[in-house]
Amino acid sequence: MHSLNLVAPVWNGVTKSIRDLSSSVAPKGSQKKGKRLLQFLADRFYDVEALREYLLQKQVSKVHQENRFQGQEWIQSSGRRPSSLELLSFQAVPVESVDASDCAINYEGLDNLLALKELQSLSLQRCPHVDDWCLSRLYQLADSLQELSLAGCPRVSERGLACLHHLQNLRRLDISDLPAVSNPGLTQILMEEMLPNCEVLGADWAQGLKSRPEKQSQDTASPTPA
Amino acid sequence: MFRGAVHLCAGRGHLGRRLSTLRGGSALGKVEGTGGHHGSGVPPVSSCVTFRTWDPGRAGQTVGQLGEGGWAGKVSEIKKTLQSVLPGGAWNSLYDTSHLPPEQSDVVIVGGGVLGLSVAYWLKRLEKQRGAIRVLVVEQDHTYSQASTGLSVGGIRQQFSLPENIQLSLFSVNFLRNINDYLAVVDDPPLDLQFNPSGYLLLASEEGAAILESNVKVQRQEGAKVCLMSPEQLRNKFPWINTEGVALASYGLEGEGWFDPWCLLQGLRRKVQAMGVHFCHGEVTRFVSSSNRMETTSGEEITLKRIHEVHVKMDHSVEYQPVECAIVINAAGAWSGRVAELAGIGKGPPGTLQGTKLPVEPRKRYVYVWHCPQGPGLESPLVADTSGVYFRRDGLGNNYLGGCSPTEEEEPDPENLEVDHDFFQNKVWPRLAWRIPAFESLKVRSAWAGYYDYNTFDQNGVVGPHPLVANMYFATGFSGHGLQQAPAVGRAVAEMVLEGRFQTINLNAFLFSRFFLGEKVQEHNIF
Repeated sequence: MHSLNLVAPVWNGVTKSIRDLSSSVAPKGSQKKGKRLLQFLADRFYDVEALREYLLQKQVSKVHQENRFQGQEWIQSSGRRPSSLELLSFQAVPVESVDASDCAINYEGLDNLLALKELQSLSLQRCPHVDDWCLSRLYQLADSLQELSLAGCPRVSERGLACLHHLQNLRRLDISDLPAVSNPGLTQILMEEMLPNCEVLGADWAQGLKSRPEKQSQDTASPTPA
Repeated sequence: MFRGAVHLCAGRGHLGRRLSTLRGGSALGKVEGTGGHHGSGVPPVSSCVTFRTWDPGRAGQTVGQLGEGGWAGKVSEIKKTLQSVLPGGAWNSLYDTSHLPPEQSDVVIVGGGVLGLSVAYWLKRLEKQRGAIRVLVVEQDHTYSQASTGLSVGGIRQQFSLPENIQLSLFSVNFLRNINDYLAVVDDPPLDLQFNPSGYLLLASEEGAAILESNVKVQRQEGAKVCLMSPEQLRNKFPWINTEGVALASYGLEGEGWFDPWCLLQGLRRKVQAMGVHFCHGEVTRFVSSSNRMETTSGEEITLKRIHEVHVKMDHSVEYQPVECAIVINAAGAWSGRVAELAGIGKGPPGTLQGTKLPVEPRKRYVYVWHCPQGPGLESPLVADTSGVYFRRDGLGNNYLGGCSPTEEEEPDPENLEVDHDFFQNKVWPRLAWRIPAFESLKVRSAWAGYYDYNTFDQNGVVGPHPLVANMYFATGFSGHGLQQAPAVGRAVAEMVLEGRFQTINLNAFLFSRFFLGEKVQEHNIF
């Protein structure tokens, strides 16, 4: 029985994070100027204010809709593109690894991944909507998951990484390049302590340390170096 | 000078037409009113008139080009004074009243903490028409120095024994997860609650094991993700626990943890201001109400009251503003008992409905912060011991915070928020070190104290209207778990106010009448 490795296709659509939403509501032209004009109008016209809030809400809900996992539609085997008939024949095959890098998967979309009880390797690199809440759901894969990569996820912080302790079968964990983690070096050490059987990659423990300036003749208390 | 302007306005024939197009797309737009009118649904009547009549400098042109030198300042001054003169403005010929609350408000919420703001948010969100309800939030301390919200440890759990509490907490955690959908304000950055999804671990001794098991059963039925652990499983998972005396433990897998309560408070405040809720910094000193003697179906005579006015006193002065209102929401937290007394609740012969007081009083609780280099690691949940001691990690630096609920005899005096460090030495540390041997060597860094709005009857919240004072609604008495249930309770109270009944979560068990009927809804796990 061959194992199935799934790769997400390159996502063409523009998925906007909530931080970009205000820019999308502003009219065309210079963004800053447009924003100021809109703010000016919104302060004076109830209608403009209501319209802006409505558009904001629509954008926010749109983000969630686009991310709804469409089931099998984005599954492709690496290397070849099977027709949908062939895909159906894979139904009985347990999925071993999923590569969802750069995919706009979110908290609700994880339902589909968590149903894969034999999943051994999961890659969520650079997923813009994977955050601490999503990580708190991963305990359901504790029995099978051996490899997890969260490199480059902008919303993952050390608080979400703390709930990976359920994954006792984990052997490789990649936590490199996480901008929301406050102290990568210290987090690396604490993660290694938390998961003793796991190889934790990514953050160099010496990252947060600054080298001390050389002190030779001033320090009389220390013994003379050999 | 002003009389002249009034004549001018009255003289204009098209005035009537202008007024009718106030709301929809008026070419002159809206003008921010003085004082407490910002953001309210109905712009002051004077707005369009101001633009047209008082503009000798540019006859015929519409004002709105407020960017041109000193003339702009003068125009806005004159505009402001005119608005305040004409009907609808907050003008008082004797002195400036802009710091006072408005003279009328549909709903007055006493208390601007997380519960009060949550009720305000849901009232504005569930109102049928935009701007239909005018809400005023009265908060006595805008620094929130003694408010329970900011001083809270910030935990949220679903591990309760009452289904209502579990449902409230489940909805609240959903609210927190999607907080940027609920509380998004245009042009403002999104909120970061700093949520730690590490879960709660409740330890039970031999006597408590059966109760814990039945609680977990109820929690799972309601949809909470909780699992039971034996002492051996505990030792495997958390080797730093001394499992002696522990018969069973329940561990929250999802949706439990702790977060930053300040962030939630500020987020609610910001959103609620954007929705048009008025804020007032003052203290409620009096309710003016009218009474009606009525007869019940069984022939008993009772007195029904209706509050008509709330007197809000300003800080450091005797000045007060009577605010006419239709509904009062008591969300005053630790001071709810006092507010209820002002409304006359509990003034009557004991044993009757009139004589039933609101049994909410402030109780002081200490929280200590300590550092322990060899303490439990990153995986540590919020651990609550059989003895009532609890602790959780705080950040990456092996700092922990925790405390213990005192017994009835040890209850500290809630007069102030001074910390008793001996309490830690004598009561908290020994039990802590017994359960977690690594805590035998620790160093206390700091401590603080906060109030529980403690319900002495059954330590659960009071929600809903009072049976006799018909227009006072309660949202208080949560005895230490108010923060984690605030979003859901706010929605429930808003539903009760707008629809007359609870629609999503049925909180009929938490109504005031249970105090008179003696029906306790006890929770088994409050610490």
